Amino acid sequence: MMSVVENHAAILVVLLPLLSAPLAMLFGNRHVAYLLSIASSVASFLLAIYLVLLVKDGSVLSYHIGGWAPPLGIEYRIDAANALVLLIVSAMSVAVLPYARTSIKKEIAEKNHALFYACFMLCFTGLMGVTITGDAFNVFVFLEISSLSTYVLVALGAEKDRRALSAAYDYLVLGTIGATFFVIGLGLIYMATGTLNMVDLSERLATMEGNRTVRSAYAFIVIGMGLKLAIYPLHRWLPGAYTYAPSAVSAFLAATATKVAIYVVVRFMFSVFSIQFGFEQDTLKFIFFPFAIIAMFAASFIAVFQVNVKRLLAYSSVAQIGYMLLGIALFSATGLSASLVHLFNHAVTKGALFLAVGAIIYQTGSPMVAHMAGLGKKMPWTSAAIVVGGLSLIGVPGTVGFVSKWVLLNAALEVGLWPVSLMIVLSSLIAVVYVWKLVELLYLAPAAEDSQVTEAPLSLLVPMWGLVLVTIWFGFNADFTVQVSDMAASSLFSGGFGKEAIIMGTEGRP
Amino acid sequence: MTPEQLIFAALALPLAACVACVVFAKQENLRDGLTLIASIILLVTVVTILQQYQAGAVVEASWWNFSPGIAIAFKIEPLGLVFALVASSLWIATHIYGVGYMRGNKEKKHARFFACFAFAIFATMGIAFSANLLTLFLFYELLTISTYPLVAHKETPEAKAGGRTYLGILMSTSIVFLLTAVVWTYVISGTMDFKPGGILTGKTDAAFMAILLGLFAFGIGKAALMPFHRWLPAAMVAPTPVSALLHAVAVVKAGVFSMLKIGVYVFGVDNLASTGASQWLMWLAAFSILAASLIAMQQDNLKRRLAYSTVSQLSYITLGVALASSMGAIGGGLHIVTHAFGKITLFMCAGAIYVATHKTEISQMRGLGKAMPFTFIAFGIGALSIIGLPPLGGSWSKWLLMVGAADAGQQIMIGVLMVSSALNVAYLLPIFGQAFFDGSAKSDGKGFREGLKEAPLLCVLPPCLTAAGCLVLFFYAGRIEEFLAPIVLGGS
Repeated sequence: MMSVVENHAAILVVLLPLLSAPLAMLFGNRHVAYLLSIASSVASFLLAIYLVLLVKDGSVLSYHIGGWAPPLGIEYRIDAANALVLLIVSAMSVAVLPYARTSIKKEIAEKNHALFYACFMLCFTGLMGVTITGDAFNVFVFLEISSLSTYVLVALGAEKDRRALSAAYDYLVLGTIGATFFVIGLGLIYMATGTLNMVDLSERLATMEGNRTVRSAYAFIVIGMGLKLAIYPLHRWLPGAYTYAPSAVSAFLAATATKVAIYVVVRFMFSVFSIQFGFEQDTLKFIFFPFAIIAMFAASFIAVFQVNVKRLLAYSSVAQIGYMLLGIALFSATGLSASLVHLFNHAVTKGALFLAVGAIIYQTGSPMVAHMAGLGKKMPWTSAAIVVGGLSLIGVPGTVGFVSKWVLLNAALEVGLWPVSLMIVLSSLIAVVYVWKLVELLYLAPAAEDSQVTEAPLSLLVPMWGLVLVTIWFGFNADFTVQVSDMAASSLFSGGFGKEAIIMGTEGRP
Repeated sequence: MTPEQLIFAALALPLAACVACVVFAKQENLRDGLTLIASIILLVTVVTILQQYQAGAVVEASWWNFSPGIAIAFKIEPLGLVFALVASSLWIATHIYGVGYMRGNKEKKHARFFACFAFAIFATMGIAFSANLLTLFLFYELLTISTYPLVAHKETPEAKAGGRTYLGILMSTSIVFLLTAVVWTYVISGTMDFKPGGILTGKTDAAFMAILLGLFAFGIGKAALMPFHRWLPAAMVAPTPVSALLHAVAVVKAGVFSMLKIGVYVFGVDNLASTGASQWLMWLAAFSILAASLIAMQQDNLKRRLAYSTVSQLSYITLGVALASSMGAIGGGLHIVTHAFGKITLFMCAGAIYVATHKTEISQMRGLGKAMPFTFIAFGIGALSIIGLPPLGGSWSKWLLMVGAADAGQQIMIGVLMVSSALNVAYLLPIFGQAFFDGSAKSDGKGFREGLKEAPLLCVLPPCLTAAGCLVLFFYAGRIEEFLAPIVLGGS
């Protein structure tokens, strides 16, 4: 039994949540649906840890689906980069689901709970699939699975606020445009090379830098994913979707969806196309670099003026995505590593923050910043979670946000770009403003006199504080995250994805 | 106990006191008693570390890595030990004073107050014992954050505004300048460990060295070098024990201590002298000394006057670093101690006056000396020590700084220090004088002095003790100087 699990860990990580989704729907009972979802999430999480440990030393795993060898069959291919993302996504699912069980009681009608879990698991499956696969077209398939279910999840917020429908519709339109661009790009490179396997693609594309089809394919893919990852100014869908989705969904999306999209861009830029291509370096220099910096400032600045706390966090996410893109745009192994570390760190931080804010909305019924006045006393644990998460957004030492800033500054100064380092530190000052706005309200403003607000229930506090503790723990001790990211970055840079892989799951097959 | 355990204890004790304050928030005697016990054990611990260090033991500790190759590490060296001794001994005095003040003044939210206070001491210990720039930065930021609730303690609009200025200046300077400087140093020299003689020698040219020094000097906003000094007067909205321990001792001294530590162990005195990278800093410090004194003279609010006096005195220490001579650095180190005792006395007296009379303006304090003799005599002793007259501790540090200036061939700086002393006389002594020798106030007929007496014992005893400390320091300054001497030995 154990050996089966070990041999087929790569597929089980996706298959278990995929199976739980229709089962949840068929049973239709919210308790059964919850149990199925949490069980498969935990299983995926454990398997993801197992995979991370396998690739931590820099080796690459390959799993052939159905025993069909690539490039004809679909291959799952795992190195440190996507193992890290698998870990983030599955960990967030484990953290958010128990929270969702309580939080959706006030947001979604009971008859729809099973539907919620089914969609959630489909979304989870899609994100895991996008991350783990080594087949370019398979990325598209899983991307659509996750996107379509996300549209439904966002729209489920409509029972509380009808604006969720238009937010979901916005997201649907823009997300579909993104996906279409992406698939057009895939079509073009398939036309040019005749293959869809990533390793195969990279071998054939290596000599095709001048090919115009390849170039346009690249443009379509990067812009398509750029929409999905909300690169400034393609971020318009994000604030609405995060604001009006049910709290648990906001937390899960904020922590995972954009991260996976960034991973896909990195994978295509470094492992499918060659980073040595002139047009790729131009993208980094003339698109990612300036827009990352604009995002860092503009989105943070917009966040300062938000009156809805979820929207505030959403704009803060757009700004943080800027930091991740900046790390990639620095075009060095340390820069890329800084981005990958920030993927993890920001996922944990923003996840914790959205859960905390969700708990406030659960107790007070209002997402308005002004209604948070004086809650520091009434909801001490939730408020403290917001403070820690906020400090992490600013990048105060002792939180994961500091680790991100540390490695990013290191990377910027290492390549001699001191003005960039200045931009990084200056933009984080804007975070001080919007975080402190919340802190002052929570602790120093008087509460409304007739306010009967009490602390959130334990089922909300435990997942929230789980993530807060992770925020602090990896803020003091970043050995593990930095090591894995360094390994992933150096492997991406040296084309380690295509190297001789350990083939999993061949035992007992004909 | 092994050295490692001792360092652990020095960090864990204030943290435990912080936890105790939260857990026993309601039982105030138990809470304050436990904190007092923790503060006494902390002093014992630091003294034990001192003994072990003097016995020749290498006292260092590191429990985990921050990231591959970079550790959160602690190491005992003379400068940090002196700073830790000052902070931990004054914590006891201030805690007793704080209990008296908070109760006598009927302030609210004692538990939060003492918890944050203890946490600030924890951060201070971390700064004192830090073995590399990263650890220093980590605790430096923790100190900023843990003191913010203390500054904004009263929750009034003024307190909130003061808190914003406080956090805004300290946080932005540390994020923008200090963090950049720390990372840059790491990128250039490949290490962040403090080493006698410095780690930057020969790694970069003189011009860049000056820029880096600038990033550090302005980044350490807690050193209150002009033009980033405004947080210090703004922080005076805090209850007086906070002003006393944190804004006369722990926080500001953490700033100048970091400055000194970085000057001595990152740049190296010889390196600064040979490259001349600190010339501009010397002039800026001199300007800061004089300008802040002049501003202090115009303040009628006692705490604000003391705050500007602190800004001026802190620049003495920055000047000590910038002089780039051994005596300057040692004088700076000594000044951390003597100024701490002098200024905390003054602040505690200001608080005692407030508790007894609710007077904050100097002009309202005429003739109070008769009613509150102990408070004002302690005030006078503290003031004389700040001015630098024998037989008080402050005279030695000023003397050493002047010797340092002479060594460095900067005669003008000797002049600056002398002018500054004269200014100190002008803005401190009148307060003392008018309390005792102002006859006009007696006949104003308002009679507010009738029935006026000293503040409660818990508020009067601590300043008397620290004033006595100023006297004692005069006789022990030589030993501190000897103890500090190794910090400027070259990195051979």
